[in-house]
Amino acid sequence: MIKRTANLEISFSDEQAMILDSAKDFCRDKSDITTVRSLLKSETGYKNDVWAEMIALGWTGLALPEQYGGSGMGVGATIPLVESMGRHLLCTPFITSTIASQAILRGGTEDQKSRWLPSIVEGAIAAMAMLDNEDWGATEIRCTLTPKDGGFVLEGKKLQVNDAAKADLFLVLASSNGAPTLVLVEATALPQGAISNNTLVDETKRASNVDFSGVTVKADAILAKGFEALHDVRLIGALLTATEATGTAAAALDTLVGYLTTRKQFGRLIGSYQALKHPTVDILLQMDSARTLIYHAATLINDASLNKDTEIACRMAKAQATDALLFAGDRSVQFHGGMGFTYDCDAMLYIRRAQWAQHQYGDAQHHRKLLAPLLLD
Amino acid sequence: MKENSQLAGQQSIESAELSDFRRGIIDWIKHNTPADPGFLLPQTFMEVGSEQVLDFLREWQHKVWSAGYLGMAWPKQYGGGGMPRLFQQIADEEMKRARVPICFNVIGLGWAGPLIIDTGTDFEKEAYLKGILSAEDIWCQGFSEPNHGSDLGSIQTRAERDGDEYVINGSKIWTTLGNYAKYMILLARTDAQAERRYNGLSFFLAPMGANGISTSPIQKLTGEYGFTETFFTDARIPASCIMGEEGHGWRIAMHTLQYERGAEAGAAGGVSILSIVMNDLLKMAQEVERDGQPLLQDPITRDNLVKFLIEEQALYLGERRVGIPALCRDYPNSLALSGKLRGTEFFRRMRQYALTLQGTPGALYVGDDQAVDGGFWQRAYLNNFSTTIGGGTSQVQANIVGEHVLGLPKD
Repeated sequence: MIKRTANLEISFSDEQAMILDSAKDFCRDKSDITTVRSLLKSETGYKNDVWAEMIALGWTGLALPEQYGGSGMGVGATIPLVESMGRHLLCTPFITSTIASQAILRGGTEDQKSRWLPSIVEGAIAAMAMLDNEDWGATEIRCTLTPKDGGFVLEGKKLQVNDAAKADLFLVLASSNGAPTLVLVEATALPQGAISNNTLVDETKRASNVDFSGVTVKADAILAKGFEALHDVRLIGALLTATEATGTAAAALDTLVGYLTTRKQFGRLIGSYQALKHPTVDILLQMDSARTLIYHAATLINDASLNKDTEIACRMAKAQATDALLFAGDRSVQFHGGMGFTYDCDAMLYIRRAQWAQHQYGDAQHHRKLLAPLLLD
Repeated sequence: MKENSQLAGQQSIESAELSDFRRGIIDWIKHNTPADPGFLLPQTFMEVGSEQVLDFLREWQHKVWSAGYLGMAWPKQYGGGGMPRLFQQIADEEMKRARVPICFNVIGLGWAGPLIIDTGTDFEKEAYLKGILSAEDIWCQGFSEPNHGSDLGSIQTRAERDGDEYVINGSKIWTTLGNYAKYMILLARTDAQAERRYNGLSFFLAPMGANGISTSPIQKLTGEYGFTETFFTDARIPASCIMGEEGHGWRIAMHTLQYERGAEAGAAGGVSILSIVMNDLLKMAQEVERDGQPLLQDPITRDNLVKFLIEEQALYLGERRVGIPALCRDYPNSLALSGKLRGTEFFRRMRQYALTLQGTPGALYVGDDQAVDGGFWQRAYLNNFSTTIGGGTSQVQANIVGEHVLGLPKD
């Protein structure tokens, strides 16, 4: 019989509140909408000086232990940062690198951690190369790792690797004798032409297919506890994407409210029409639910292996946040009327982000499917 | 360090006291919950439709109060317990969990009582508070009127000063317990000329026994009773019945609503609405079968249940997030103002889905011995509309959130 007691912990430290305040200011200052648009066709999608400033502020080390040069505040401390980035569509390799550094922290040997984590704190870009088919729930891993000449060789192509073109390091999910393994591959080890850029629906983001075929690594490039780390990494990836999406849902809402309170039709401000007002309130409610769930997850998450309650929190956050953003983006376009159908309307940015975000680390249905046994059995 | 350890020590003493208290009430509930009376008990305070039910609930509330588990934070000299609110919260939690009968005198416990404690005279406190707790004096509320339910600014019922009395004319609707109440908190227009229509209203503690007040029961969606329409025909009430000053009625009414919405502490406590949560729905999904399999194993059902569980989790966590100011600075008051809309609509959809899950027995109703749980869910779903309509419909709530949180223009 079902005896479910929901975990209802939610807290927010003074440090997190300070991070939220400074992140809001930073992202607003560095990433106004004109800047965002100016970067759409750029090579990397971000400004080097902004990324350098984030590194100088210590943000890349926020989640990492002090012994590796970080500030030891854990992944939870990055949530206010990532939310603010989403709110202002500020793109850098921050999220990509944070996820990958957690993989190393949770799955690496002491040598692997000391070798890579301090350089990630200093701004080295590490990227997760996870997907090799269309399904985040797939158990089959097509990329393989096989022994060769006292070392190992990788075979296979990885899809939609975020920020791959600028990455210094990849964590490649590969099947080694049927077992999932995470392998560290330095960008310098890739053959010419291994990286081919994707054309993403979200023009603020950058991703590439990366062919690791023929890349050889030594035994010390295999994460010692890669399999265990993988569980956490998928959830952290889902949580950070959810967090960014929640921020973006609020941005879509702000843009929409701006239009509804200035645009007149039939002699009235269109925001006075309940047909527009009520769904706009729904966006707020959906976004607020997502926000509650991401900060709940941020409360539970720590450096230890993610427990059941934390897994539930991360999956709920991802399911709620990406659905909230899909709704916010979609209605934002619609309620802008003819203007919404144009590239010049900022709703374009949000609806495209929504379509991209839902497919990072599993869409809402994927997470609900995995929540079902956790909640119902 | 020393201070910290002292504090920690204090907290552990306190929590030992609280858990003793909790054990006490759990034990009390076990020994004092009445047996099934053999007739249908209300799921909410809005469906007390017969003398039989009234007597039963009156006796129960009296018992809860006599045992010291109601009005625990109200002043001792007026029948309360004079204790910290936390004790009442624990008592409520346990009564809710055990699904004891409701404490039905809600307008008194949750609206009139806290208002009298906050702003009433000593005479009013002496006259009214104890009877509210003991259920001797039943209270009702006269805000809504026919033709403009959610729009209190349009109130037409007149109260005209005549010497030591006010003369009331007009009618009120949705008067819960109207036919049993001894007192009504009444909002009526004392100044028809006031420039702003809210300024002409006054707030009264009106005796329902006055000549010229009559009630007529309203049959509800569920087929049950519990509300009346209340008519005032040259009804004379003492001028001393007014709360505060003439013309301040709107402000007092809004203040009263704060108690009801839980935005301000003061309510006497007690459980007024039977709690039905997701675990109850999951239990049903486990028990109902399709093709020999519990419905809980069906993938589509599972996906729907998980959606509801995500929503429920966000709802409860949101209530806690309200207490973290740093997480409420964007869209100020968003969570507080949307609480009713969010909660009542969730439960409406959840209960509606419960009926879908039942399969063909879902078409049965209270009175059919094959209805699932005696028609409990059918009744619960229909009754839920009292929350999505009463106290401002969901659509009005959405207007409030849109206008006050998002700054959208009024229509």
